[in-house]
Amino acid sequence: MLQERIALTGNEAMALAMKQINPDVVAAYPITPQTEIVQLFSSYVANGMVKTEFITVESEHSAMSAVVGAAASGVRAMTATSSQGLAYMFEVLYIAASNQLPIVMPVVNRALSGPINIHGDHSDTMGARDAGWIQLYSENTQEAYDNLIQAIRIAEHSDVQLPVMVCMDGFIISHALENLEILADEDVQQFIGEFIPHRPTLLNLDSPVTVGPLALYDYYMEIKRAQAEAMMRAKPVIRQVGQEYKALTGRCYDLLEPYKLDDADIAIVVLSSTAGTTRVVVDELRQEGVKAGVLKPRVFRPFPYEEIREVLAPVKAIAILDRADSYAGFGGPLFKEIRAALYDAPARPPVVNYIYGLGGRDANLNDIRAVYRDLDKIAATGWTDQLVRYLGVREEAIVHA
Amino acid sequence: MSRLLSWKEVPVAGWLEKKGNAKEYETGDWRTIKPVWIEKNCIQCLRCFVYCPDLAILSQGEKVAGIDYQHCKGCGICANECPSKPKALEMVAETDSE
Repeated sequence: MLQERIALTGNEAMALAMKQINPDVVAAYPITPQTEIVQLFSSYVANGMVKTEFITVESEHSAMSAVVGAAASGVRAMTATSSQGLAYMFEVLYIAASNQLPIVMPVVNRALSGPINIHGDHSDTMGARDAGWIQLYSENTQEAYDNLIQAIRIAEHSDVQLPVMVCMDGFIISHALENLEILADEDVQQFIGEFIPHRPTLLNLDSPVTVGPLALYDYYMEIKRAQAEAMMRAKPVIRQVGQEYKALTGRCYDLLEPYKLDDADIAIVVLSSTAGTTRVVVDELRQEGVKAGVLKPRVFRPFPYEEIREVLAPVKAIAILDRADSYAGFGGPLFKEIRAALYDAPARPPVVNYIYGLGGRDANLNDIRAVYRDLDKIAATGWTDQLVRYLGVREEAIVHA
Repeated sequence: MSRLLSWKEVPVAGWLEKKGNAKEYETGDWRTIKPVWIEKNCIQCLRCFVYCPDLAILSQGEKVAGIDYQHCKGCGICANECPSKPKALEMVAETDSE
């Protein structure tokens, strides 16, 4: 497999992957900081480098609606969004998922208003976590590119048929230049294959179909139960596609990415780009003889609770880093779900939560070191009186910083 | 009423892949009042047949032949439109008709 090594920003890498995927329809509306993805993609369209029908729409609500219509008509359809744009798509996200349409959408993670902010934060996709979409979180430009290509296969798999969000951190990844290896166009095409609808579609005149019918108390639950099953079936498919992608590229993708967790006493769980920062601190701590590890979930929906329980159960103290708050008075979404997954662990380790990096606030090495110092203390006593903390906030009482 | 499908049997997302399937969806149990056809009063104008929104007026040889209670929702349009005096269609409470 010949792979070219080039330097691209996250947005450029996503746009390039979209070009290589060459979808039938893209409907999009520009929104910071993903504007560049659709802007670059529209230039590919203008220059005749893709066969895509590019629909410029008046809003994100319309973008998702147009993509839903296109997917229901039996073609490969994509869009991209971020933040307020994703929030504006909200009701149509559910329609895409409940109609089990294999739409793939890069989402550049950033904060939701207010206050008005354009920077990296997971509040947008975490807000959509129960919309029924598969969610993949990408640590860097390479992973964003690789995830987008794999997402096509996952979404369109006959066992799944669900839309997929491919998330990457706003600005930190979307606008930062990184080296990555890219596939040749024909290798991407061969990997994703031709789009074959698994059901009769709107434009199949030989077999007309009614899309989106009414289903009340007599049928709604059966249809939703079947939708839930599709999400459960996605887990082995994501793994299978990851293995095939590894065979093609040499790059390995699974549900989770553990780092030095095997013998770890203390561990941080964190999504996306901050996982890289955390690994640096883990290497430092290992030099000092501290058994620290990190777990980066790549897949948040479906939630790999069994796999997470298995790798985290032996750890003595765990900190979950959430780049989004639930405003529930009980920590962020990743914290709650992982803590719940560990309820069935033989020896329930203490699990604490740090809300960090909201609105693009840096999470630097010192912040991560402070978390591990806290964890060291919690592991020693097996107890803490402060479950949820806010990292790097002025006048926030961090116990051991 | 028709047998309900299990979650393993329902088409994906509830998409309807069969044509003319409204007939299979029996709506008779929505009814609280029902039309009763009184044949001796009927002048066979077929106005009820034309106005019925659910094709629930049964006909035979271009004549009214009865009511399809599997689909009649009990809206009462037929009885309202019936021009014959006395009326050939009367609405009665569902409970009174048994």
